[in-house]
Amino acid sequence: MKKVIMGNHALSWGAQLGRAQVIAAYPITPQTQVVELLSEMCASQALNAKFIKVESEHSAMAACLGASLAGARTFTATSSQGLALMHELLHWASGGRLPVVMGNINRAMAPGWSIWTDQNDSLSQRDTGWMQYYCASNQEVLDTTIQAFKVSEALAIPSMVILDAFALSHTYEVVDIPDQDKVDKYLPPFRPKLRLSSDDPHAFGGLTSPEHYYELRYKLQKDMERAPALIEETGREYEKMFGRRLGLAEDYQCSDAEILFITSATAGYTARVAVDALRAEGIKAGNLRLRVFRPFPFDKVREVARRAGRVAVVDRNLSWGCHGIFYQEVKSALYGHTDGLPVTGYVAGLGGRDITPETFKEIARDALSRKKNEPAEEIVWIGVKR
Amino acid sequence: MIEIRFHGRGGQGTVMASKILADAIAKDGKYVQAYPEFGVERRGAPVFAFIRIDDKPIYDKSKIYTPDHVVVLEPTLVEALDLTEGLKPGGTILINTDKKPGDFKQYAKFKVAVVDATGIAIKNKLGTLAAPIINTAISGAVVKIFRLARLESLFDSIREAISLSPEDNVRAAQEAFERVVTGNGAKK
Amino acid sequence: MKKKKSLERIVFASESEFPLMPMSLGTMHYNRTGAWRNIKPVIDLDKCIQCGICWKFCPDVAILIQDEWPVVDYDYCKGCGICAEECPSKCIAMVEEKK
Repeated sequence: MKKVIMGNHALSWGAQLGRAQVIAAYPITPQTQVVELLSEMCASQALNAKFIKVESEHSAMAACLGASLAGARTFTATSSQGLALMHELLHWASGGRLPVVMGNINRAMAPGWSIWTDQNDSLSQRDTGWMQYYCASNQEVLDTTIQAFKVSEALAIPSMVILDAFALSHTYEVVDIPDQDKVDKYLPPFRPKLRLSSDDPHAFGGLTSPEHYYELRYKLQKDMERAPALIEETGREYEKMFGRRLGLAEDYQCSDAEILFITSATAGYTARVAVDALRAEGIKAGNLRLRVFRPFPFDKVREVARRAGRVAVVDRNLSWGCHGIFYQEVKSALYGHTDGLPVTGYVAGLGGRDITPETFKEIARDALSRKKNEPAEEIVWIGVKR
Repeated sequence: MIEIRFHGRGGQGTVMASKILADAIAKDGKYVQAYPEFGVERRGAPVFAFIRIDDKPIYDKSKIYTPDHVVVLEPTLVEALDLTEGLKPGGTILINTDKKPGDFKQYAKFKVAVVDATGIAIKNKLGTLAAPIINTAISGAVVKIFRLARLESLFDSIREAISLSPEDNVRAAQEAFERVVTGNGAKK
Repeated sequence: MKKKKSLERIVFASESEFPLMPMSLGTMHYNRTGAWRNIKPVIDLDKCIQCGICWKFCPDVAILIQDEWPVVDYDYCKGCGICAEECPSKCIAMVEEKK
């Protein structure tokens, strides 16, 4: 069924079709519509889920953890300050091997108080052991939410489905909403082997000495390393059933790119418009949009980047005192694999400053003007009023 | 690809108008993207909404700066804002007003379309005399002037979106569709 | 009351033997946390008014009600002293454990 819906509602539909059983969430702009629609779906019994009203995001995640440990498929959604408030429990979800799925609307961290888009909130949580998917369309949000339940439950690792504030959360697009029957065939019920049970009682997450902690965390990493292949496989299965393919990344015109943009989220779509415009001007541009950031898709990045003349990584985020986060990770992934390939890091669009096709044209001009053998160490800022 | 900007005041249904139109466009099998001005909203404040329409998937997720057309739901905004800012030369500004296109000399560079959506809404008892709901009426005019979607698709979208007196809204859209006129700001 | 079970020292030789999650391998029935105690509550039933507050407040569910009187389960009581603090008739004394 095709419907024009906003990005936030695409998350709600994903949770509904995925048959989430427990939803505990706290409202925060620009996520409120996710939870509003879910509570309507619960009230009308379109969704048979227990909706827990909590007093903060920290409590929301706590409730999700308890429910997940009891064997329920859980879902929540938040943004920026709310995500930050949940921080210690994000570690609990991954260390506790609980497959919670959470929608996060990328919103700039305060101060100054901002409701506009910026990736620092989710990227600040990149070390917490959650898988991270960055979406560029409302269709992708819905499809990714369903797929995230499947991958998370197979690996017992939580995941975040991430979308830009306003550019996706409040933007209406045509979305093909799959049939519940087909989704049920794709996504079986959640049946964890280990869970809270009075028939087979155990205590979870208790005191763990140095004798045991290390191996438990080793296992988490090893399971995360299985994720890239599983995400691709799950994506192929989804394509067979629903006709839409999503993988670790989306490459556009990358086979012969003199200048390759590496992007994410909605900027990763706007980049395509710039690629077309640049090609029309005779500049061979290409765009690699990373959809999955955790686990980091090393192989995919190396495979595509090695064919490029130059790489421009575009970050809508920044790790203060260092560099753009996608830039740092891309550069480190390429080290030893593509020596001699110039990689430059661009920062743009912080705090909701618009990223337009013009932004990418400026980036291409800058990248192509640099000497190939002079590594550009400094951050190249685009659009700062100087 | 066509880009349209809508102007209204908070609480008038500007965003709803863009959503109803987006639905109608989607029903006709085209690609559409619609969004409100991103910010904190309050009743009475100027509100913007935007639509992009194309026959192929829309990848541009940046804001619309140079719309092809502009739609004005609230006539008092004509004095308050530069409603044609960014409007491409040769574009049309569609205004909810009981005046004629020739009365808008300030828009001489553009095509001017007018429809008395307020009058049509009042006649069809939509909203109140003090606060008539004109968004469904103006959507009928939009569909006529810009040929974005079939009128039938618009009627279906209105019926799906509006639970209170949907047929009165459909009638308003039909009337506006029939009564909207285009002219030029310079001529009468 | 509860069966005593000898706790074997479990050592995993390889990460592949570890369970997926950090978890206790058995129930807490066999982990008698009463052994952690330095002071223990002693209830003077002559002064007790049977209000049930000690039972309600105990964070370890280590005070049970038997025949309408509070009874401390010394297998699990950790000696936190909350019952003594909250008792309205002050009939609970915290007494040092003799070791």
